[in-house]
Amino acid sequence: MCTTCGCGSKEVLIGGKVAAKRIARVAKLGNVAYRTLAAVAPAAPAPVHSPDPANTRRIQVERDLLAKNDTLAASNRALFQARHMLALNLVSSPGSGKTTLLVRSIEALKGKHAVAVIEGDQQTENDAERIRATGVQAIQINTGKGCHLDAGMVGQALDKLELPENSLLFIENVGNLVCPASFDLGEACKVVVLSVTEGEDKPLKYPDMFRAARLMLLNKCDLLPYLNFDVSLAIANAKRVNPGIEIIQLSASSGVGMNEWVEWIARNSVTLS
Amino acid sequence: MHEMSLAESVLQIIEDTAHAQQFTHVRTVVLEIGALSAVEPEAMRFCFDAVTRGSMAEGAKLEIIEIPGTGWCMECGKSVTLNERYGLCPHCGDARVEITGGNELRVKDLEVE
Repeated sequence: MCTTCGCGSKEVLIGGKVAAKRIARVAKLGNVAYRTLAAVAPAAPAPVHSPDPANTRRIQVERDLLAKNDTLAASNRALFQARHMLALNLVSSPGSGKTTLLVRSIEALKGKHAVAVIEGDQQTENDAERIRATGVQAIQINTGKGCHLDAGMVGQALDKLELPENSLLFIENVGNLVCPASFDLGEACKVVVLSVTEGEDKPLKYPDMFRAARLMLLNKCDLLPYLNFDVSLAIANAKRVNPGIEIIQLSASSGVGMNEWVEWIARNSVTLS
Repeated sequence: MHEMSLAESVLQIIEDTAHAQQFTHVRTVVLEIGALSAVEPEAMRFCFDAVTRGSMAEGAKLEIIEIPGTGWCMECGKSVTLNERYGLCPHCGDARVEITGGNELRVKDLEVE
């Protein structure tokens, strides 16, 4: 069990069915080539930990822990590119309004783009049901104890969706500003949602996520008259950790700023897909 | 952060390597963890012990090489030490510091039998 966030990955459900993760992972990565230390450095000193050096050997591995995820992400990305799809990975803390934002975005995009959604949560089908009520395809991934989606889970979910050419895929990640920053899912970019009911210093507290995102949506702006939230400070903090980040202020509930977001999607579905 | 998933990746790399290199038991695992990789070495040890239970790496010694964070300050034009991601230059306070080391998250080598 992860001491920080309860992360584990043995109980993943995709569309309510148990994912074949642990079986697939060995099969896909069984043919990677390795060099033994003996072949590279014959004069290597005897291992100091071994009481019986004759039966032990050192093997040089030099493999990144995220390499498996990156390989699967590249495969997802190749699929998106082959179909000229725009895939966006929506990340935020829990409660920033991602699902409401998606529902309103789908309503605004209807007739312009075919849309599909992959929903990530530890438990429940609630979010996928909310999306399906809009009439678009949605598949729920329940990560169980996991704190983030990984590229393998998304790849399995993609197999269950119909993805026409030039369509738009929203991946709503698990509400968590830490772990999802490190896991590439094959998306064109990450979009981080910050709501004005949170603190202006969230970008400084969770810099990895704001650094990893191309766009920040500042949500719930209709509530600003009732809050002491300093918009310019929040923007300055986001720019401090990521000088190139784009920012759109909006409210999914009132609709303010939604046009700018929909235009951003239209612009980027040409350039990023 | 997600040390449990990362510990599972370590075990997977061990199992893949065992398949390719024909070994049955692991005595030592050497990991490189950068100071800016957002991974806590102590959490990693805890998760490594939990994940390797019942596997060929059960009881293996986990050696962690901690790699310090370094960056290149564009204002000073020199290499500086970084204690946090996106930290300011310790000399001039500028934020434009490019990370040059400390992102590592890697299985370096194994001692096996």
